[in-house]
Amino acid sequence: MISKKTDIWVAVALLVLLVLTAWLSKVNLGAWNLAAAMLIAVAKALLVVIFFMEMKVSPRLMWLAAAMGIFWLGLLVGGVLIDVGTRVIVLPH
Amino acid sequence: MTTIAAGARLPVARRSVVEREHYLNESVGVRSWLLTTDHKRIGILFLIAITFFFVAGGIAALLMRINLLTPNGYIVDPETYNRLFSMHGIMMVWFFLIPSIPAVLGNFVVPMMIGARDLAFPRLNLLSWYIFVLGGLFTLADVVMGGVDTGWTFYTPFSSTYSNSAVVLAIVGVFISGFSSILTGLNFIVTIHKMRAPGMTWFRLPLFIWSMYTTAVILVLASPVIAITLVLVALERLFHIGIFDPRFGGDPLLFQHLFWFYSHPAVYIMVLPAMGVVSELVACFSRKRVFGYKFVAFASISIGVLGFLVWGHHMFVSGQAIYASVVFSFLSYVVAVPSAIKVFNWTMTMRKGHVHFATPMLYAYGFIGLFTIGGLTGLFLAALGLDAHVHDTYFVIAHFHFIMVGGSVMAYLGGIHYWWPKISGKLYPEMWGRISAVLIFAGFNLTFLPQFILGYLGMPRRFPHYPPEFQALNVMSTAGASILGLGYLLPLLYLAWSARYAQNAPPNPWGATGLEWQTESPPPTHNFEVTPVVTEEPYDYGEIEGAYA
Amino acid sequence: MPDAHLAQQFDDPAQQREAAKLGMWVFLMSEILFFGGMFTAYITYRVDHPIAWVIASHHLDFWLGTTDTALLLISSLTMALAVHSAQEGSRWVTALFLTLTMILGLLFLGIKFFEYAKHYGEGLFPGFNFTYKGPYQREIFLFMSFYFTMTGWHAIHMIVGLGLLSGMLAITLAGKFSKAWHNPIVITGLYWHFVDIVWIFLYPCFYLVNTR
Repeated sequence: MISKKTDIWVAVALLVLLVLTAWLSKVNLGAWNLAAAMLIAVAKALLVVIFFMEMKVSPRLMWLAAAMGIFWLGLLVGGVLIDVGTRVIVLPH
Repeated sequence: MTTIAAGARLPVARRSVVEREHYLNESVGVRSWLLTTDHKRIGILFLIAITFFFVAGGIAALLMRINLLTPNGYIVDPETYNRLFSMHGIMMVWFFLIPSIPAVLGNFVVPMMIGARDLAFPRLNLLSWYIFVLGGLFTLADVVMGGVDTGWTFYTPFSSTYSNSAVVLAIVGVFISGFSSILTGLNFIVTIHKMRAPGMTWFRLPLFIWSMYTTAVILVLASPVIAITLVLVALERLFHIGIFDPRFGGDPLLFQHLFWFYSHPAVYIMVLPAMGVVSELVACFSRKRVFGYKFVAFASISIGVLGFLVWGHHMFVSGQAIYASVVFSFLSYVVAVPSAIKVFNWTMTMRKGHVHFATPMLYAYGFIGLFTIGGLTGLFLAALGLDAHVHDTYFVIAHFHFIMVGGSVMAYLGGIHYWWPKISGKLYPEMWGRISAVLIFAGFNLTFLPQFILGYLGMPRRFPHYPPEFQALNVMSTAGASILGLGYLLPLLYLAWSARYAQNAPPNPWGATGLEWQTESPPPTHNFEVTPVVTEEPYDYGEIEGAYA
Repeated sequence: MPDAHLAQQFDDPAQQREAAKLGMWVFLMSEILFFGGMFTAYITYRVDHPIAWVIASHHLDFWLGTTDTALLLISSLTMALAVHSAQEGSRWVTALFLTLTMILGLLFLGIKFFEYAKHYGEGLFPGFNFTYKGPYQREIFLFMSFYFTMTGWHAIHMIVGLGLLSGMLAITLAGKFSKAWHNPIVITGLYWHFVDIVWIFLYPCFYLVNTR
């Protein structure tokens, strides 16, 4: 079981990550801004899933359900980007 | 082991149904049905609801086919014709085919097949039915308002900006029905994971369960995407938010991506349960275990996964990037492989089996033949060059009707006949069953085979008129449709008749394996008096006792 | 003695608990795809119109968005603590944490409502009052459409969550939960955390697109 103390530390970590992502957005990192923001978001999401949603102590079936949802979303985004990302724009002569 | 000779009268149950309490008579009155949480009763509620939509969608089809008897048919004007094919598609896809096997046969049979007393969430099951009916009512309201003319595919920007029909109302109907699908899928997934009887390991499950499980996962993963996509179309239509509107930098093709990400797996929602039924039928009526059980089980899973990777094949001529089209084309070939494996395995099951041509088996045969043709013509369409020629023609229509009607509907009817003794406690009249099956097969082929030719010759779909040289084939198709309609009418009549007047059924009239046949016909409310313990492999046809006599 | 909370289709409370949790996770799987459809569309257009997206993001209130995020993160903590208390069988502590979660949720929605009204006043509300004129006008319109649609659906889910929490609060106060049975609070918690996670991704997608 996840203890209450762990939950509080997780909340602290989440707020720290929030401060970090907010601050980083004001710093010009070019293309890395997006990567940083997304990585931090993923980290926050993982903290919530693993600790608050008790995934750490749940049977593997739950991991599978969550992972499948994310993976399937990846299929959707990936498939659309294969199209959108490789379109050749034909300009009129 | 008893063989079932053709035309033989099947044995009658010793005790009459009236004496024994079972799920149909344990409580009476409309309230007991509308507030039931019994999965068997809910299956019957779905049966009534989807039959209604089947008839409604069928009427739309008949009107179209009558209009197509002559090259410039004016039974209905072109505007109305657009609305007819749109409502036909919407009602048949979302309100008949998608719920058909899962919500009727699945609801009824899945808990019994795994040895459970009910699904994991019986109240959610009932809610699923009410949600379905609510969605259906919105769709009927849409019909009253004249129907949509966008096609069941709701392509933007026509649906989102230019159409003058009741688009939002139809979208609300479909959106709502999507939640019915998600709840059913959710229920099946949890039930199959958590409520199998002792000894029922994954590889002792009947193949119908493997198919239903895969279907349930597809329902849960795909349905939400169509839900949000249609919501976006509705928002665009109502508030002009620009998401699919090129005037705001929006991309109409994005709609097609989102739409087909659901709608292609949706066709596997329609065909996988049918394949599951066919596995059951072929094993029972060949008196043999299914050849290559594990291959069939894993083929179901593969179809489910691969089915999500091919949606772009609906967009080859829509302006999709050529690189993406190549990838989707390749994957569309790959997805045919597990389906072919299944057809091979069913055929090998029948080989050296002792085949009985009972009505359900006739439907299974129909499925195997017609699904094969439908599937092969899908490969034609997966080829980029060929698709450019036949896209949006009757070739495509013939292809998907071979699978959905020649395939899924036949399997659905086969399943209904197979489990009818269990559902109703009655034996349907076998002769009429066979006559209808043959009539449906003949009518179907006459309706749709000419359409392959028409499509190849260039007749476009969704047009009320055509060049005069296509008339002969169109007349054949309409003639076939009339026979098909008659064929569908017969089971409606004799099944209803049998529920009241026919002979009582024994627990296991077919001598089939499977836990659902170890309980009475009709079953008691809690399915089993004692929770069964499973010790045998599935389809153990060598060693089981035949029909109870 | 038969367990009053054990539904007839289950063999034992453990099976019922596992089924409830799996059921909610499967539902959340579907919700991932529901929001995922919108995220997919968002990603497509961000790839298509990167500069417009940056400009449009400037029109959102960074501090309000950040405050909203903080509120939801803390509400996830109070929700987790509510579940803990329910597992220990403490009626009043559970009620306290449920109430705190609801208050934080209401504050979040209050800020969102304020922001929406602000955007309406500024003429940045597609479909109702969009009067922005300037470069990338079309794409900013699109961005704002996404903003309202995605945060709007998130807000709808929050409202449903608040409804669930009120129900849980009522049942808790009535003393119906115990150490032995508190499944509904656990699965409500899962739902609430999920809605929080959606916001965790919405926040950088809309408020942090700017680099200066």
